[in-house]
Amino acid sequence: MADELLIRNGVVYDPINGVKGEKKDICIRDGKVVDSVTNPKVIDAEGRVVMPGGVDIHSHIAGGKVNAGRIMRPEDERKGVEPKTKVCRAQSGYSVPNTFATGYRYARMGYTFVMEAAMPPLAARHTHEEMVDIPILDNAAMPLIDNNWMTMEYVKSGDTDLLAAYIAWMMKATKGYAVKVVNPGGTEAWGWGKNCNLNDTVPYFDVTPAEIIKGLAEANEKFEMPHSIHVHGNMLGHPGNYEMTKDTYDVVKGIKPYRDRPTMHATHTQFHSYGGTTWGNFESKADAIADYINENDHMSIDLGSVILGDTTTMTADGPMEYSLYQITGRKWTNHDVELETGTGITPFLYSGKVSVHTIQWAIGQELALLVKDPWKVALTTDHPNAGPFIGYPIIISHLMSKKRRDESAEAMHKAIFDRAALPSIDREYDLNEIAIITRGMTAKTLGLHEHGKGHLGVGADADVAIYDMSPEERDAGKIQKAFLNTKYTIKGGQIVVKDGEVVATPPGRTIFVTPECDDKLTDEMLVTLKDKFAKYYSVTFNNYPVQDAYLPNPYEIKAPWRSS
Amino acid sequence: MVEVTDVVCSLCGCVCDDIVLEVENNEIVKVKKGACSVGKAKLLGHERIKSPAIRENGELRECSYDEAIKKAAEILYKSRRSLLYGWSSTVCEAHKVGVELTEDLGAVMDNTASVCHGPSVLAINDVGLPSCTLGEVKNRADLIIYWGANPAQAHANHMKRYSYVSKGYWTEEGKKGKKMVVVDVRKTMTAKMADVFVQIKQGKDYQVFSALRAILRGHEDVVPDEVGGVPKEQLLEVANMVKESKFVMTFFGMGVTHTGARHNNIVNAIQFTRAAHLHTKASIMPLRGHYNVAGINQVCTWETGFPFAIDMSRGYAWYNPGEQSATDLLYRGDCDAAMIIASDPGAHFPGESLKHLAKIPVIQIDPYANPTTEFADVVIPAAVSGIEAEGNVYRMDNVPIRLRKILDTDYLPDEEILQRILTEIRAMREKEGE
Ligand code: SF4
Ligand SMILES: [Zn+2]
Repeated sequence: MADELLIRNGVVYDPINGVKGEKKDICIRDGKVVDSVTNPKVIDAEGRVVMPGGVDIHSHIAGGKVNAGRIMRPEDERKGVEPKTKVCRAQSGYSVPNTFATGYRYARMGYTFVMEAAMPPLAARHTHEEMVDIPILDNAAMPLIDNNWMTMEYVKSGDTDLLAAYIAWMMKATKGYAVKVVNPGGTEAWGWGKNCNLNDTVPYFDVTPAEIIKGLAEANEKFEMPHSIHVHGNMLGHPGNYEMTKDTYDVVKGIKPYRDRPTMHATHTQFHSYGGTTWGNFESKADAIADYINENDHMSIDLGSVILGDTTTMTADGPMEYSLYQITGRKWTNHDVELETGTGITPFLYSGKVSVHTIQWAIGQELALLVKDPWKVALTTDHPNAGPFIGYPIIISHLMSKKRRDESAEAMHKAIFDRAALPSIDREYDLNEIAIITRGMTAKTLGLHEHGKGHLGVGADADVAIYDMSPEERDAGKIQKAFLNTKYTIKGGQIVVKDGEVVATPPGRTIFVTPECDDKLTDEMLVTLKDKFAKYYSVTFNNYPVQDAYLPNPYEIKAPWRSS
Repeated sequence: MVEVTDVVCSLCGCVCDDIVLEVENNEIVKVKKGACSVGKAKLLGHERIKSPAIRENGELRECSYDEAIKKAAEILYKSRRSLLYGWSSTVCEAHKVGVELTEDLGAVMDNTASVCHGPSVLAINDVGLPSCTLGEVKNRADLIIYWGANPAQAHANHMKRYSYVSKGYWTEEGKKGKKMVVVDVRKTMTAKMADVFVQIKQGKDYQVFSALRAILRGHEDVVPDEVGGVPKEQLLEVANMVKESKFVMTFFGMGVTHTGARHNNIVNAIQFTRAAHLHTKASIMPLRGHYNVAGINQVCTWETGFPFAIDMSRGYAWYNPGEQSATDLLYRGDCDAAMIIASDPGAHFPGESLKHLAKIPVIQIDPYANPTTEFADVVIPAAVSGIEAEGNVYRMDNVPIRLRKILDTDYLPDEEILQRILTEIRAMREKEGE
């Protein structure tokens, strides 16, 4: 007998299909959304908000960096302990939760897909080992392909086709999803303790970060890649960096994407929207960045919105973490990865009493409110960098309530009134817009809407979140509470959360992209790559690629070469 | 005869992965390339535990896997607080089942880091670790410091593959373009190769790190004429080498984790690295012993939040090394059964802890007999990971590498043995619940 479910009378927000708060039934059979059902189990969603499962476009949930954060912070692990239950494994951690807690807590917020934001290729096996241990969530990971020596050499020689062949090989070798860029050139320079601006020359490699970004964007569009390049630009977190941020966006202007999607996704834009010249005159330039996004159509962004409190910052941007650690003097872990990338980790406390943190807190929300088209914006905290993902409902409640924002601002450093724009913005998000920035836009930008994610049309994955709130709810506290723990989360047609409790923990799938590249090109590229392995890598060429054993539940997306 | 390439050695933390073997009739007949002498010896094989066995009237009686697994499950099921210890010489797939078993039983899980680089892990808990992969060292480092470590004997391929003797992108001349400093209490084989040998007094590592930090931070004036047996002149010389280097790498071993200030030695070693970073690129790394001791720390951390000495009796992970670590738990007589996997406390634990271990029921899972076998009550032989079973391991720099299966065997892999014990225990619980 078919496994059927009927979600009756919910108020559905399914932005990809243009459904904006309509009373509607959702029919489910064998894990997919269907037209009708015959003998279903019925969930009464009368008067409640129903959305597709949440899709997180950028979050650090698995891999060497996350785990180094955990090892470095037993005090954070202690904060989040919850005993095992009949269905759940034991949980630990707040800003760097253990893998089990990561799955449960996301599912309780109604999320069913999370993109691991940065996978060091040499340690890709580690990322996959952890992703397998994250229950419920479908997942994918973006390999770092920007500070790689191969990349820089091809950018320098202008061999875009060979660069594309390298991208294809790396995507397959790491079982990755999209090209990730983190402080291009700067992380390589960090191998010598240095850093790079957008137009500096990378030491020894004779290319600039701008050239790397452009080369990668062009090579990426050689394939039918579901996602654009995903960029964390240079000089993250530095006062006055907003000009460089706009220059970075300009680099890829004019490159034609393969389909109706941006050419570049710029991540955690809050950290890149800073004015001033020092921490003393630090100010928000979210307005300038939002203007750019409003005027141009080749970009999408995610927020990297701040959650007040203690967190663990972690990125492949080694020099950035070093400067942060120098400010705080707290713990610091660094882990440079040969020929490829780096890692830096340091704890950080965002305090509403500190002017800079208050302005940072405002910037994330300003970006969401000043960019007119929510289809260009994704909700993230760059978990755990600007705060743990568990804080999403706090941001949602602020975006939806001017009153809530004013109350928060009142309690924070007064710098928010003269060096940020937030208090003067009246816009409030509605639930349709929230659905866009948490599932519709993110699924579409990642190209996952074509693979059943982020919407509830017939044929979509039966991933559904039912929030215990009426669409008319205006009380920010109640909104926040509803988004923290769903009434129901359904994953692949199975009820995984009921009344805020995890009731089932099916394994998630790992989605990866296989770019298809011509053999001749690949062979030519491999001559250079194998030489790198013979001389410079510390593992062999044959031991490098991620073996199939690491993806027990794989889902492959093919990305054909585009005939020009 | 077939040649097998890219074989990964499952012995020490170097995890050399470019070994070439000759295999004939399901036997490794020759190690052609890549392995050091101890690695080679492991690959060529030695005396194994032949059969599962259960101790009866003081003697081990051979039995079937089924019987031994059932007996092991019974012991653990009956126990009120068991210790699951070892883990450093098996693969991560086995570790995962180990954590699940620990959780299921409300037991304590500890690994050999507890008696080797445990102090290093505590230091990382405390201050973090500025480090890198070994290929970074190979390509960039022009100054290598080995502190309280003797890789020439304990990690035979380390210098050749990754550090002083290796050649890389900016180090194409190999050791000609590099300098090596060795800090130790005696002139080891490694020390004999060094450009500068700093002989320190036993237990004075902390002071010497402090002196170097002071110099690197511009407080040379506070350093006395001699620190820990090292003349100030030599300290200045080393500090100068650090300042003039482009990339300095410090590797440290058990000579510094288990003397004097112990984990505070390592905190200070890391602070020395932070100070060096003000002048140059500086990184530091523990020389991990067993091939997957880094892996068990990794798996425990992502699954429980903590790297070792994990007590699951509360239903969630409780971390308090010094209380929940294996030797301390045993010393207090605070467990009533033990499962020892892929390690040998019989040879490495202090006598007081062993006394209690000898009193309680002990299950051993291992391919090879060792002193622990002498008092184990259930002995379960396992396939040799990296020869007869595949799986993931983490090299000392936390680079994940997959061990290959080279030979067929009838021995069960660790993962399967553990999974079957867990299944038995759950069946017993279900039956009791009826
Ligand atoms: S150095 Fe270690 S890993 Fe390498 S071959 Fe020798 S024992 Fe094996
Ligand atoms: Zn990020």
